[in-house]
Amino acid sequence: MVWDWLPTYAFRFVEGFWITIQLFSMSLFFGFMLAIPIGLAQVTGPKWLGLIARGYCTLFRGTPLLIQLWLLYYGLGSIFPHFPALRESMFWPILIAAFPYAVVAFSLSVAAYEGHVMAGAFRSVPKNELEAGRAFGMSRFTLLWRIWLPRALQNVLPTLAGEAVLTLKSVPLASTITVFGVYGVGSIVRQDTYLVYEPLLFVAFIYLCLTGILVYLFGWLERRVPSESMK
Amino acid sequence: MEFISNTIQLLYEWGPNFWRGTMATLQIAIGSYLLGIFIGTCAATGKIYGGRSLRFSLGIYTTLIRAVPELVLILLIYYAGSTLVNIVLEGLGFSPIDISGVAAGIIVIGIVQGAYQTEVIRGALIAIPKHETDAGIAFGMSRFKVFRRISFPAMLPLALPGMANLWMICTKETALLAVVGFEELALVTKQAAGKTRMFLEAFTVAMIIYLCITLASNVVFKLVEKRTTRGHPKLDR
Repeated sequence: MVWDWLPTYAFRFVEGFWITIQLFSMSLFFGFMLAIPIGLAQVTGPKWLGLIARGYCTLFRGTPLLIQLWLLYYGLGSIFPHFPALRESMFWPILIAAFPYAVVAFSLSVAAYEGHVMAGAFRSVPKNELEAGRAFGMSRFTLLWRIWLPRALQNVLPTLAGEAVLTLKSVPLASTITVFGVYGVGSIVRQDTYLVYEPLLFVAFIYLCLTGILVYLFGWLERRVPSESMK
Repeated sequence: MEFISNTIQLLYEWGPNFWRGTMATLQIAIGSYLLGIFIGTCAATGKIYGGRSLRFSLGIYTTLIRAVPELVLILLIYYAGSTLVNIVLEGLGFSPIDISGVAAGIIVIGIVQGAYQTEVIRGALIAIPKHETDAGIAFGMSRFKVFRRISFPAMLPLALPGMANLWMICTKETALLAVVGFEELALVTKQAAGKTRMFLEAFTVAMIIYLCITLASNVVFKLVEKRTTRGHPKLDR
């Protein structure tokens, strides 16, 4: 085992680490924000909206994230330059950077997986609790914010933790569209030094720590939320 | 409209390549899924009935595999595996070989799948009432026979939802092999897109193919579920 490359690349690994964290937390946040309406649409609301939401979940859960990422980055990315208006607009720098595409692709994927989970979670909340809220004269939004969402989340926190770990582990895919997180820096080291195992093991170790921290954080959150089995 | 005519042209020129890629993807997916079930069954029984050191090492296997990104694992297993095989071959006096794409893909993804299958199958095995296996032992069945005749069929309906989920993950995971350079659907698509510059069309075709695989598998698993749960009381959903 040769580790003398580590100090040379330490700074790049820190940069990569920061990109990994950013990509992960941004896609988890935006994905979850999207997942709530996607879940709700399947449980209440007009039938056609529910069908669209279900179709969305099926499409994004049924195809590999890698293909979605490439479709967005290479596919859409190759169309934008055909619009001169876009080229001169202020959004152009965002449209030619790879990172925003990664965030959008990851968020859409997270939204599909968690939207599916949230649909089940919203459905599992007993009807009479929602009726009780309505009887107190709560508006629809208050009802959602105070009763429906918290009660739904309580039941699916472990599932959401699992989904979050899966999202974290798919972050290396972004290196295929030149977003170099920890994994991307690891492959740069591999190309530069011709070492095979050491950079990979180092990347695996970092991800192991990150997964450990994530699982711990979710465990802490679960303990703070009173659950039905703890009665 | 231009999109549709482009897609037709793309399919006309690259159709056979897409077909070969799809077949490679299906081969790797089915092979690694079966290998995963085999590893999972062995590891699950080891985790339940095995001694302390066996349980400990199996615990490390499942934890490590499930905590490290698949892409890293695929590279690690691929390089380590091919190096190992060549060391053995050289030791035996043969010349080193280049391991074939499909076999390597099956082994690499199968080992990853095995860790997830272990947990699914272990959970299902634990849930079987003990008196059912005790009855088998009382009839003088060997341990293996008890497993084959009682535990395994009794476990299937419980494990099936998890196993169906893992099949979906398995088909999607094969796409990661494109990063290592295996000629499967994702890589073929990328090559077609790069050659023809029809990026949007090519990746849309790939999305549709993967979606068809998923939808068809959904139907198959519904049928299998119906068969394995026959005679079971219907659950209210």
